Amino acid sequence: MLAYLFRRVLATIPVMAVVALFVFSLLYIAPGDPAAIIAGDQASPADVERIRVSLGLDRPFLIRFGSWLWDVLHGDLGTSIFTNLPVTHLIAQRIQPTVSLMAITLVISLTFAIPLGVVAAWKQGSWIDRVAMVISTFGFSVPVFVVGYVLAYVFALSLDWVPVQGYTPIEQGIGRWFANLILPAIALGLIYMALIARITRATMLEVLSQDYVRTARAKGVGQREILFIHALKNAAVPIVTVVGIGFASLIGGAVVTESVFAIPGLGRLTVDAILRRDYPVIQGVVLMFSFVYVLVNLGVDLIYTLFDPRIRY
Amino acid sequence: MKRRTLLQSAVVGGAILAAPRLSLAQSSRVLRFIPQANLSSLDAVAGTQYVVRNAAVMIWETLYGVDSTNTPRPQMAEGHEVNSDMTVWSFKLRSGLTFHDGEKVTSKDVVASLYRWMVRDTMGQVIKSRLDALEAVDDLTVRFRLNKPFAKMLFALGKSNAPMALIMPERIAKTDPFQLIKEYVGSGPMKFSTAEWVPGSKAVFEKFAGYIPRPEAGDWLAGGKRVNFDRIEWVIIADAATAGAALQNGEVDWWENPIADLVPLLKRNRNLNVDIGDPLGNIGSFRINHLNPPFNDVRVRRAVMMALSQADYMQAVVGDDTSLWKLCPSFFTPGSALYTEEGGDILKGPRDYEGAKKLLKEAGYNGEKIRLIVPVDVAITKAEGDVTADLLSKIGMNVDYVATDWGTTGTIRAKKDPVDKGGWNIFHTWHAGADCINPAPYTALDCGGDKAWFGWPKSDAVQKGIADWYAAPDVAAEKKAIVDINKASFENVTYIPTGFFQQYTSWRKNISGVVKSPFPVFWGVEKS
Repeated sequence: MLAYLFRRVLATIPVMAVVALFVFSLLYIAPGDPAAIIAGDQASPADVERIRVSLGLDRPFLIRFGSWLWDVLHGDLGTSIFTNLPVTHLIAQRIQPTVSLMAITLVISLTFAIPLGVVAAWKQGSWIDRVAMVISTFGFSVPVFVVGYVLAYVFALSLDWVPVQGYTPIEQGIGRWFANLILPAIALGLIYMALIARITRATMLEVLSQDYVRTARAKGVGQREILFIHALKNAAVPIVTVVGIGFASLIGGAVVTESVFAIPGLGRLTVDAILRRDYPVIQGVVLMFSFVYVLVNLGVDLIYTLFDPRIRY
Repeated sequence: MKRRTLLQSAVVGGAILAAPRLSLAQSSRVLRFIPQANLSSLDAVAGTQYVVRNAAVMIWETLYGVDSTNTPRPQMAEGHEVNSDMTVWSFKLRSGLTFHDGEKVTSKDVVASLYRWMVRDTMGQVIKSRLDALEAVDDLTVRFRLNKPFAKMLFALGKSNAPMALIMPERIAKTDPFQLIKEYVGSGPMKFSTAEWVPGSKAVFEKFAGYIPRPEAGDWLAGGKRVNFDRIEWVIIADAATAGAALQNGEVDWWENPIADLVPLLKRNRNLNVDIGDPLGNIGSFRINHLNPPFNDVRVRRAVMMALSQADYMQAVVGDDTSLWKLCPSFFTPGSALYTEEGGDILKGPRDYEGAKKLLKEAGYNGEKIRLIVPVDVAITKAEGDVTADLLSKIGMNVDYVATDWGTTGTIRAKKDPVDKGGWNIFHTWHAGADCINPAPYTALDCGGDKAWFGWPKSDAVQKGIADWYAAPDVAAEKKAIVDINKASFENVTYIPTGFFQQYTSWRKNISGVVKSPFPVFWGVEKS
């Protein structure tokens, strides 16, 4: 297991290198100019050019890439072109809101989606199944920002239960922290919930038709035990896989959700950086996201062993 | 679950949900403000973004500062002395001025700051071109010695347009003028809290206890800047619907620029005030590349202007609220002291599509593609671009509508290449009315050819008018120069003004003292 873990961690290095080269090349090719944005609309073309030179953006691709890579290898993701703040500082400022949002989303999604999928499979064809599938189709179909606006209108603006926007760090009070995140987590979690509920239902249907389930029933095992202990455990591997894959869509959704609810997370940092062409920030954030994604996949692979003892590394 | 446990859970749950509402009972010493855009830097010398300028004027001050009549008044300076031919200007600093780091403001700081500013600012460059010496005479006195008179010195030092002549500590002012400063230490009424800065989300300004306001009443950048808050928090909310909801909910106190679509909703809310924010408004701009055919022929530029309806543009930009816009057959800001419509008849009356087509034919236009760059991520430029596409089609031009974002437009518009090699014909923007009150801050007016603003228009008559304005000894001479510039700009079709429009600002009823200004003025504002 340890050797496997070591190999997988080692394998992240070429993955990260490819991501780094890809992102850097993409930004190099993409149009847009941070110098023009810094200079502002009224600046003269000559001033814009001077700023570009002072930022080193006129240097050849290989020199710029080499210099950036050298810094990254030394643990320095660079400095924001606009704020002059280190990229690591900007990322550190934004980690807590995004991690909090994802954690609450994950908890809500798993708490509701798995029982929903299990019950839908158990009562296949019944009204419960249909309602569950309508809910999950709704979750797939309605864009995150629409759900976000509706939730904000009802629960923040009309009922005044929670704030419309913003983020309160957890150390300033768990209640305020939770109140700021509950609506965005529901908005973000809906599609995730739909995804997990559907895969849970499909996998459970397959598992529930297996011989051993019939045998368990014949031996008088209770329905709850059959569903949640015997069947669900065997259906868990595909569900865990989807949870892992869905993590990427969660990151994408966080970008929108953080904008709608004005949460200062990594998603908004990325969008702002892209709009301003703040290259070091974009490169740093993408590199970090890809690293996290690789780790999540590694985690998923390790979790398989908990549910299926036949899987060994 | 026992009944008692259930009740306890409900109480705890209720308390958790109620907690944020309690926190919203904000102290009257904190003002929460949604700025027009994300604050991504604070250097209003190296950059000309309005949002940067708006933040910078809280942190830094200028020797002189314009009041609401755009008249420069002494600010950091006690006053000035000037010789009869306006070649020697001396300024004495008010005593007791200190920077936020506790250091005294001295003439050395002023000299270094002004040298940095002169490299970047148009008026500063004029001063620099006439400069024999800028010297620190003593700790509190600085002196310009010029080899040619410069009558506009006070306006140059006190104007509200970036690059502004902000006074910084010498060590900061020595930063390359083409690089952003890294330390935000000024002598203005508010200190910037760097530790609390979350770019894209929050910027905090704290009251500077060492600030000594002037005895006069505060008036824009002039007078006593008495701030009634311990903290001013800029809450950056990119999404307009969220910003509107936060204002209605009392989570913020003041929203600088609500979008036109949400204004009716805000006006219906009895807890909110909604009013025009900037009396000088904005002038929409149809910017033409004078280098590329067919617009290198003035007849083609004129043909478009004959057919262009400012009303169409203004309705697209700000909607049906006619109190927000007016026709502007001028290159200058309506209502400003030097405003003139001389030469602007071509933009008045019914639009002449047939005449435009005839003129295009005469100029030899033969269906070549017109590359129209439209930043669709900015509502104003998207609206302007759509109207232009329709207008050009109506007069028989072949439009290549390039939908892109503002960042990319910044790159494309800098290209002087032909259209088939990535160049451009038209893009849209708008100019703050405060920049269009006279030629000094008005880069878009310049017709210096290669050295002019994007589009590179060339007109000796316009350049002569600008030089005459700089040399004008009195208001009458200034007015004459402005008339000449306006006429020549219409002759040359430097760009096409698409109308004058204003925007609303909205604040909660418990806020008082909000004044109309090209930038948010926080001094004098109170919260009950």
